[in-house]
Amino acid sequence: MKTICINCPLGCPLEITEHDGQITVKGNTCNRGRDYGISEYTRPVRTVTTLVRSTDGRVFSVKTSAPVPKDRVFDILERMREIVVPADSAIGDTAEENALGLSVDIIVTGVPAPRQ
Amino acid sequence: MIKKCDVVVIGGGPAGMAAALAADKKGAKVLLVERDGRLGGILNQCIHAGFGLHYFGEELTGPEYAHRFVLEVGKTDIEVLLNTMVLSLSDDRKLTALSPEFGLVHIEAGAVVLAMGCRERTAGAIALAGTRPAGIYTAGMAQKMCNVEGYLVGKRVVILGSGDIGLIMARRMTLEGAKVERVIELMPYSSGLKRNIVQCLEDFGIPIDYSHTVTRVVGKPRMEGLYYAPVGADRKPVLSEEKFIECDCLLLSVGLIPENDLLTDTSVEIASVTSGAVVDERRMTSVKGVFSCGNVLHVHDLVDNVSHEAETAGAAAADYAFGKYSPSAVRYRVNAGKGVRYALPQLLNAGEGEAEIFYRVDNVYRNPKIVVESGGKTLCSKKRPVLAPGEMEKVTLNLTSVTGDVTLRLEM
Repeated sequence: MKTICINCPLGCPLEITEHDGQITVKGNTCNRGRDYGISEYTRPVRTVTTLVRSTDGRVFSVKTSAPVPKDRVFDILERMREIVVPADSAIGDTAEENALGLSVDIIVTGVPAPRQ
Repeated sequence: MIKKCDVVVIGGGPAGMAAALAADKKGAKVLLVERDGRLGGILNQCIHAGFGLHYFGEELTGPEYAHRFVLEVGKTDIEVLLNTMVLSLSDDRKLTALSPEFGLVHIEAGAVVLAMGCRERTAGAIALAGTRPAGIYTAGMAQKMCNVEGYLVGKRVVILGSGDIGLIMARRMTLEGAKVERVIELMPYSSGLKRNIVQCLEDFGIPIDYSHTVTRVVGKPRMEGLYYAPVGADRKPVLSEEKFIECDCLLLSVGLIPENDLLTDTSVEIASVTSGAVVDERRMTSVKGVFSCGNVLHVHDLVDNVSHEAETAGAAAADYAFGKYSPSAVRYRVNAGKGVRYALPQLLNAGEGEAEIFYRVDNVYRNPKIVVESGGKTLCSKKRPVLAPGEMEKVTLNLTSVTGDVTLRLEM
């Protein structure tokens, strides 16, 4: 697998390979690069943010309470799209617990501007 | 009506809120003026995560980062005027503003903090060639329409420029079901953060063409596609290699301009490189009692740096209003030398204590040394593995060692 290290502006091009269960990172300059390469190879995760509707038709922004496996990002997005939150939801409210059984909650992060 | 205060802060985004809080902490009577219907500024539309890693030590989304400051402002006596536009500012710190609640408001302040942020360069600003169809947006406008209003502005998208907002929008549009065809960047490198290149483009297999530009847009009344081409060393497109992409949307992420229009009637000196004010280490401009911070001073890549800078400006503004701060008789210039695009602050007061100098380089450099000189002496010489224009850097100086004008330069 090939990727770019994101730890510093150097942006080392990493090449990660596995032989007999031994993971090798090539192209890194430092140990942070090696650790990043291993985690991206073994278990890449991402925090997902998107929008949900409220019962009165406005949009609220939400996030996963923790990063989810990268290959489940689009599954969780599909689940998040079905959520309808109460119109009086506030920042920090839980919109859904343990989404898709991934042990992450969907948290409200932003509310619409007050009506003028 | 007339309002009097110690410190007036213009703009209620991250810079304005942090400046107002810092001035309030010093005991100043603070007025915070915001033209939108709520505080938070551009953070309200930045629903992605990645804010606050430095300032709060945790990863927050934009609205969450803003909310923490909104709650703090709510606990203080800071007077907030929403939906209020500042119309004029003079050197003697008299302002006029228009408010739906109070009508025309005259403000007399002991000190002024400029925190108006920046705006995006538009299709007109880059003289984009071709027709003028529906479907061309600045990246931030598309972000607002998507994240605040709930509209997706296109289904097949091309992004010109690889600034952070453009990269973030490449991911947002993809997550919401649009197909982002490619990102086209004029320069041979990205002006955005490395993290965004990986997590917004690579994660979704979105290609980026460096040293390319859009040559013309076609379609009327809706966009039907665009032509793009590689550029030569002179950054002019090589038209013989022009290619066509079908798309219904072009997002522009081609630079940000500090919104300093309010300074027209003042004598605040503007730096040509940053398009922001020339300031000293406490962020005071060339007009006494007028301070500047955040993206209206120079465009930042991290909001965490904005909050810190605004706290410096807000505290200094309160000190000025109470007669506790005046610039020293001896002031030194901070100059950008070889390889450095700009350094800020541009002025240092002779005195004691430490001062942080922020700088950006003018190209990607591997293994350079950043050298700081003053009065014929080298104050600091640090080797760095890499420096890139997209990432703001800083050096810390001991003011007692500064004995003349300061120069920052790179040594290869």
